[in-house]
Amino acid sequence: MVYDTVIIGSGLAGLTASIYASRYQMTNIVIGKVLGGTITLAHQVENFPGFPSISGIELSQKIAEQVKGLGAEIVAEKVVEVEIMAFTDGKKHFKVITETGKQYEARTLIVTTGTERRKLGVAGEREYLGKGVSYCTNCDAPFFKNKKVAVVGGGDAAVSGAVHLAGFASKVFLIHRRDEFRAEPIWVEDALSNQKIEVLFNTQVLEIIGDGNKVTAIKIDKEVDGSKIPIDGIFVEIGGIPESGLLSSLGVSLDENNFVVTSERMETSVPGLFAAGDFTTQGLIMSQAITACAQGAIAAASAFKYIKNKNAPRI
Amino acid sequence: MEVTKVPWKEGLKMEHTFTDDNFEAEVIKAKEPVLVDFFAEWCGPCKMMAPVVEEVAKETEGKVKVGKINVDESPETAEKYGVMSIPTLILFKEGEIAKTMVGFRSKEDIIKEIIG
Repeated sequence: MVYDTVIIGSGLAGLTASIYASRYQMTNIVIGKVLGGTITLAHQVENFPGFPSISGIELSQKIAEQVKGLGAEIVAEKVVEVEIMAFTDGKKHFKVITETGKQYEARTLIVTTGTERRKLGVAGEREYLGKGVSYCTNCDAPFFKNKKVAVVGGGDAAVSGAVHLAGFASKVFLIHRRDEFRAEPIWVEDALSNQKIEVLFNTQVLEIIGDGNKVTAIKIDKEVDGSKIPIDGIFVEIGGIPESGLLSSLGVSLDENNFVVTSERMETSVPGLFAAGDFTTQGLIMSQAITACAQGAIAAASAFKYIKNKNAPRI
Repeated sequence: MEVTKVPWKEGLKMEHTFTDDNFEAEVIKAKEPVLVDFFAEWCGPCKMMAPVVEEVAKETEGKVKVGKINVDESPETAEKYGVMSIPTLILFKEGEIAKTMVGFRSKEDIIKEIIG
């Protein structure tokens, strides 16, 4: 069959696109490797309307249930290739191929592949992954009961992560290269008022040091009782880099940092191919659960318009 | 604790459940290679990992024993093998660590790593 739209990526942008597409009665399928995407790393989401406090995984599961309830299928696979099939009558279809060789054909594509975690790029980071180096405060905080840890970053994930960690660790160094946080003020207040959290502004981590088995210290670019801080764990929360590799071969325009250039209607430079979520230039304005959902909804409406050549019910 | 295969709606689960108590007998002394999924209920990516590991169990049946261990209920084993991040998958061969995979991996990735 040829789907009206195939949605690549099963984070909140992709799932919401499916909800809207299903209600527009467009045949659609969601294909993605991590159901829920980046939000699954959040231990507590407190800014999604309707849910005063909910874990990221629970929120994504609720949205996924809604997707399935509307009849769409979610395939837990990674897409490895996208091709454009041009027909003699001028029409074209998109062909999507997964890691296990499954193929899907679609009239439009909504790509929502998000970001992968940005690395610090310092010595020791790779060597000690899983041995004190972590990219998920929510997953790994309980391993650091009564231990000393560092969190690197200045956004919501870093600052809320430091607060979460302070519930387990004896001491949390929150290290940020700038002189103020980008995180929501409500998280910043929580962090600054927490006795266990020591904030180091204008500071960069230069090296992660270990004893061969696990992390024992970090080296920073200024003196805090010396330039080495003894710690047992370091959590890197410095944002994401866009997973836009699938689209580069199709000639989709990317910005200088490889974010997908999108219009207000979530159109890309390739007609019929829409994008939504954290890896788009619209996503750079705010990379939040609610804005990813909104962009997914708009992308679905734009896909509807493209196929039917008329506006979606309310666009 | 007895290792049981749990019937579920789509057939028989191929995964085993390991604990601090049965780890020696079921993993360390096993003749075949054993893939152990260290997980916890609080961890989002672990929940994503679970169905993938179940698929790996089905596809490698007869070659690799596959099972999971809850780090909350069995903290000693996690500590012994230095697990400080979950999900972590460790492949044991003849009682020794042969491979460690930290973080979410796809089925293809895992099978490539453990079978080669």
